Amino acid sequence: MSKNLLNKVWDLHKVATLPSGQDQLLIGLHLIHEVTSPQAFQMIKERDLPVLYPSRTFATVDHIVPTKKQYIRPYADIQAEAMTKQLEQNTKNFGIEFFSVNTDYQGIVHVIGPELGLTQPGMTIACGDSHTSTHGAFGAIAFGVGTTQIRDILATQCIALSKPKVRKIVVHGELLPYVYAKDIILKIIADLTVKGGIGYAYEYSGKAIESLSMEGRMTVCNMSIEGGARVGYVNPDQTTFDYLRNRKYGPSEENFQTAVDYWNTIKSESDADYDDVYELNAGDLEPMVTWGTNPGQGVQVSHPIPIVNSLKKSEQDVARRSLEHMDFKEGEYMLGKKIDVAFVGSCTNSRISDLREAANIIKGNKVAPHVHAIAVPGSKQVAKQAEKEGLDQVFNDAGFEWRGAGCSMCLAMNPDKLKGRQLCASSSNRNFVGRQGSKTGRTVLMSPAMVSLAAINGEITDIRKVMHA
Amino acid sequence: MLKITTVSGQGIPVKGNDIDTDQIIPARYLKVVTFAGIGKFAFKDVRFDDNGSELDHPFNDKRFAAAQILVVNDNFGCGSSREHAPQALKDHGITAIIGESFAEIFAGNCTSIGIPTATLPPDIIESIQQRIEENPDAELRLDLEQSSFSVDQDVFECSFKPPFRAALISGMWDTTAALLSNNTLIQQTMDNLPYIAFSKKE
Repeated sequence: MSKNLLNKVWDLHKVATLPSGQDQLLIGLHLIHEVTSPQAFQMIKERDLPVLYPSRTFATVDHIVPTKKQYIRPYADIQAEAMTKQLEQNTKNFGIEFFSVNTDYQGIVHVIGPELGLTQPGMTIACGDSHTSTHGAFGAIAFGVGTTQIRDILATQCIALSKPKVRKIVVHGELLPYVYAKDIILKIIADLTVKGGIGYAYEYSGKAIESLSMEGRMTVCNMSIEGGARVGYVNPDQTTFDYLRNRKYGPSEENFQTAVDYWNTIKSESDADYDDVYELNAGDLEPMVTWGTNPGQGVQVSHPIPIVNSLKKSEQDVARRSLEHMDFKEGEYMLGKKIDVAFVGSCTNSRISDLREAANIIKGNKVAPHVHAIAVPGSKQVAKQAEKEGLDQVFNDAGFEWRGAGCSMCLAMNPDKLKGRQLCASSSNRNFVGRQGSKTGRTVLMSPAMVSLAAINGEITDIRKVMHA
Repeated sequence: MLKITTVSGQGIPVKGNDIDTDQIIPARYLKVVTFAGIGKFAFKDVRFDDNGSELDHPFNDKRFAAAQILVVNDNFGCGSSREHAPQALKDHGITAIIGESFAEIFAGNCTSIGIPTATLPPDIIESIQQRIEENPDAELRLDLEQSSFSVDQDVFECSFKPPFRAALISGMWDTTAALLSNNTLIQQTMDNLPYIAFSKKE
């Protein structure tokens, strides 16, 4: 019986079997941010416990930071200020490195981990954020945890967890032009549903996955949790190794071969066992758009919104409520739906390649007069690179607002929010009711390129028709 | 440590599949540095309109004001890892949740704060929800040792994730002490990780 990556990495990090039957799993890299960590620090203080391995935890601030003039303190939002202060104090008191807005390395936690080389193959990675699955793109076992588990990681560098089953998802073939990593994962979630991954880790493989850049792989792994899978990963390969050269916290040049040797050992064996396999063909994929209020309610852009009675019985009530909220009708097309807001950003799609794709679409065009469009880089490093390439100018010239790094309108914990019933074309990961800051607001998930085109045309448009014309 | 073997009390039904964490507690109410008092934000957006007036929601229904056992449908708690979601329910007075199924991170978070999550088949869940609506005073009882759930005199078999059940029954759901007791093994496992040595230490 040959092992897959999950089993290898799990076994390497397993400390013990606990009386409950769960495994005690060592966490190789712990990332924290301002929203889910303050209560965890409070818990260890109440128990008079130290942070066991402060050098294995890194902090940044992302959810609540304003994306305009984010260096001005105190923040106008007193709660945001209080949360930031707590993180500053906790990291200082416990000797944890903190990438604050005063450093060059602040950004969305799932963007900075990889770009700093903190994220590496064969690690276990935990963070109090469900999109921690992003880091699985490197062949790490990475997952979101709650605040009580953050307490455990701070105090013991471990958590109690059961090993998931593994579903191999094979994406054969090649993507057609203007179809992206985002479309792959939205299709997988539409096919397997938002709960299909419960109890599973998703191993993404096949030619279409192998052909993706690291950033594309991160987009796919990022949204594993939207399909119910807490963990998603890709086996590391030359693309992974090339990305990790010369990263600030990655292996030094002299250690690099040692690192690659280790990384090669943790790959899934070619005859490894899986609990389930799901296959799809990349060549069949189109740009995806969501029509409802969960990420599984998506369609290929040339297809109509499904007829509710054609759905599985258990999905019909949810579909009806979703359509009511969105003010869409079954059987109609998403094409031509007028948008009010366009958001390029989030831990799903705010990396340099995402911004390049978006800029490529909008260059020389203007955002439709009725659309409010913002572009939010995932990190200060992404912003710096984009500005070096003149992308900020492209966005500004087109009428997008170019902002500072943060989570921004993905979950609207900062001042960036939808108003009222606004419809937002969004490159983020969740279209839940209320997610973007207005409880009556509406979100349509799509790739950054499709968001950019919707911004220009003022309505949802099939990018293939425009770009091939 | 507190062993959780039975939970009894009145029930409260919150109907619908795929109720996500943004519904349970919207992100803008996560701007807190403590969980104390967070119960007032539970289901905030579906409980109140923009003027703060109450909408039709079980959490506003006076008949369920003292309820302890939440009865939900499929994939409850999907979405974010925010522990604020179960903490808000707990602060509101919920001490156990039964449903058709639960999102994985949510169920783990519930266990780690001592809230059992038990599953029953969809038709039984629906019938229990209906019975509670008809008779909010019905006495519900979740028995973790027997893996049973009863409504007044009617007893149903329910399921748990075995490690969650074991942790709650044994009082080991607060895991810090058990994890820390293996400190020698923690250090050994850490020492054996190849990447600690070859990663740069800034």
